[in-house]
Amino acid sequence: MAHKEFTLDDLRRILIEAAGADEAVNLDGDILDTDFESLNYESLALLETGGRIEREYGISLDETTLSITHTPRSLIETVNGALAALV
Amino acid sequence: MSGRRVVITGLEVLAPGGVGTEAFWSLLSEGRTATRGITFFDPSPFRSRVAAEIDFDPDAHGLSPQESRRMDRAGQFAVVAARGALADSGLDLSGLPPHRTGVTVGTAVGATTGLDEEYRVVSDGGRLNLVDHTYAVPHLYNHFVPSSFAAEVAWAVGAEGANAVVSTGCTSGIDSIGYAVELIREGSADTMVAGATDAPISPITMACFDAIRATTPRHDEPERASRPFDGTRNGFVLGEGSAFFVLEELESARRRGARIYAEIAGYATRSNAYHMTGLRPDGAEMAEAIRVALDEAQLAPERIDYVNAHGSGTKQNDRHETAAFKKSLGSHAYATPVSSIKSMVGHSLGAIGAIEIAASTLAMTHHVVPPTANLHEPDPECDLDYVPLTAREHTTDAVLTVGSGFGGFQSAMVLARPERTAA
Amino acid sequence: MTASVVVTGLGVVAPNGLGADDYWAATRVGKSGIGRLSRFDPSQYPSRLAGEIHGFRAEEFLPNRLMPQTDRMTRLALVAADWALEDAGVRPQELPAFDMGVVTSSASGGFEFGQRELERLWSQGSEYVSAYQSFAWFYAVNSGQISIRHGMKGPSGVVVSDQAGGLDSVAQARRQVRKGTPLVVSGAVDASLCPWGWVAQQTSGRLSTGDDPARAYLPFDARAAGHVPGEGGALVILEREDLARARGAKVYGRIAGYGATFDPKPGSGRPPALGKAIELALADAGVDAADVDVVFADGAAVPDLDRAEADALNEVFGARRVPVTVPKTMTGALYSGAGALDLATVFLAMEEGLVPPTVNVEPADEYGLDLVVGQPRTTEVRTALVLARGQGGFNSALVARSAD
Repeated sequence: MAHKEFTLDDLRRILIEAAGADEAVNLDGDILDTDFESLNYESLALLETGGRIEREYGISLDETTLSITHTPRSLIETVNGALAALV
Repeated sequence: MSGRRVVITGLEVLAPGGVGTEAFWSLLSEGRTATRGITFFDPSPFRSRVAAEIDFDPDAHGLSPQESRRMDRAGQFAVVAARGALADSGLDLSGLPPHRTGVTVGTAVGATTGLDEEYRVVSDGGRLNLVDHTYAVPHLYNHFVPSSFAAEVAWAVGAEGANAVVSTGCTSGIDSIGYAVELIREGSADTMVAGATDAPISPITMACFDAIRATTPRHDEPERASRPFDGTRNGFVLGEGSAFFVLEELESARRRGARIYAEIAGYATRSNAYHMTGLRPDGAEMAEAIRVALDEAQLAPERIDYVNAHGSGTKQNDRHETAAFKKSLGSHAYATPVSSIKSMVGHSLGAIGAIEIAASTLAMTHHVVPPTANLHEPDPECDLDYVPLTAREHTTDAVLTVGSGFGGFQSAMVLARPERTAA
Repeated sequence: MTASVVVTGLGVVAPNGLGADDYWAATRVGKSGIGRLSRFDPSQYPSRLAGEIHGFRAEEFLPNRLMPQTDRMTRLALVAADWALEDAGVRPQELPAFDMGVVTSSASGGFEFGQRELERLWSQGSEYVSAYQSFAWFYAVNSGQISIRHGMKGPSGVVVSDQAGGLDSVAQARRQVRKGTPLVVSGAVDASLCPWGWVAQQTSGRLSTGDDPARAYLPFDARAAGHVPGEGGALVILEREDLARARGAKVYGRIAGYGATFDPKPGSGRPPALGKAIELALADAGVDAADVDVVFADGAAVPDLDRAEADALNEVFGARRVPVTVPKTMTGALYSGAGALDLATVFLAMEEGLVPPTVNVEPADEYGLDLVVGQPRTTEVRTALVLARGQGGFNSALVARSAD
């Protein structure tokens, strides 16, 4: 069974729902390797984002995954790893 | 120390582990814990399933059936604690002008437990967005406005002076007492029945703290789940309870020969203006609140014999306040015992500040410092004397107690003996 | 200790006007903001009228990052605080952080946010509850968010006393200014017009059940049958007068006096305590009853409560000796926002020399009040008394005076 793929677009959508977007940050730009702190998301925003990802994708994320020092790329990889493990 | 001074002449505590001041002090001085697996509802869907619950029977504490029915659990706690404090003070309020006696009640989340229960009914289990008023209980408005707690306390003690709920998140307890102290000092009241209450152990509260991973998931050993300053701590344990005090102007308390527990010698609150739930690691704003409270008390940091910490048992809190103590007390931060009673009675949000003032007062009465239970291996970044595991006999004439709350509030209060000398 | 404390900025969010200018333009001519509830269908409820704020688009004023974590009342409060600071000509980022505080009131917290999260909890499961539920609904959230937005690290606080809270918060802010904090943002905004908040309000037993906005909220009228609830309020900037003058600030007036009491328990046989609160406020301000130019009454529109308020006023002032008005007949009762908005209205009235009217009311003779009805009244306003009461027995009285 093919599992769902978690993409940057999915992350953007959920981030905006969960925590909005800073007017000074272009989320549509190349943000894959920019850490969340630089995108002006703090730990609370990432906890809310992580909670929404967990519910929508039926996975469980470790708290350390949701650190502001991480990047969209590392979070996407972690989520896809968890999705793969579900299959 | 010019002007009107304010002293504690009565107190009563309702805390997990036993109702009443005596049971509370036994728990603390013996270093026992009152945290356990949640029994109020089925906790299995939750990440955190441990809490510090009170076994409380409103009938046994003199509440009439009507009082019990119209009040949320937190309101019931407040009325019982306020009556107890008044009895402890030996003060007969009926002999005083009623408008000179006021009431303040601290609470962080008001009647959240009652609201959670009633919402479930009027929404038919969350199915109705247009909730059904025909299922609403007549006292729902009392839950809607937590000021009903202050009204109930005023009725219970017969106070007709200034009256308010003070609600500043987890510093509500300190700030409620601080507000009351300011009213007596400025001459708006002679006596205040002041305290705080919260009864937040409900599904909605557990769920929101789950969502921010603030409460501990250590439900395999609930009695050891609250471990402030320990390297293995991973969140706080939600609690409930109330503490109330009778506060009087010093000279009138002396005139009537009242038992004086302590003077509330200094109080200050500051905001971190940083984040609703986050703390800057440097503790600068809490340090400023401590500095101002000490200054108001005219006490040098070295005069503080015991620091009653916020000590919630989250990593960010424990480090934040350790930094604040060092910044405000200097080298004395290392010399004075510091402990967190949340290790034993959990974190009852807006109530805990008042309960901690009670613990601080009793430490002065007994010259015993309560311990930090469950502290076996301190976080290396928390390098003060946290009085691990067992209470300590210690001459205690002045205490600093602090709180830190969502919203960025940082509050500090200094208790001392009224006969002390300045500086 | 007794430093003079002045108001230098007003931020108003009211059902009949957003911003002090729009609000005053409506209020001075008696234009009401009360209508049928539009936020949700109120057909099934006993009460269907409210003072709603229409056309408020928070996203035009606030950062997008704040939107998911704020209830409507917080958005309104943040915008009101912005406007008050702007009106005062204060740029907080240029001032020492510990020299500014925030003391607000809230009667019931962010109820709309709370309903949404309770609905998620019970219809979907605990894991659907938002991380922001840990603070977005609670009573302290407006003070917290305002202090964060403007970097205000001084003493902050939150007072809850139902409709009396707006005045109590200003009194507490005045204490902080007198104790040494140069500037404090104060006042209150409430906004619980969601179905869950609406149902809770139904149980107060004090709501009007009429459908005609012109006949639904009639304080001191023989037809009085409860009030109409509303949303909104005001935030004001309090400063120590000498510091405000030194920076050349526009001064609206002084917070001159305050008194608060609590009514005895029903059935005790003791008299109500509102009159005592008025006496305390006048004494605190150092003014005689004869100095008061106008009273902004609580105006519950519940016969017993109207009677108690009229008795208190007549005892202090003598029957028909002072003009009384209830501008909240145009906005509905705003809970903690009511006293704060009335205070802002007092300063606007001082500025123009005009007392706004109590709309729709035919005063009943039995109350013995000189109620300003129909038309606004042109008169110099130098000293005003504002009254606010909270359910359970909270009585607060505040005296504001012009500062020139």
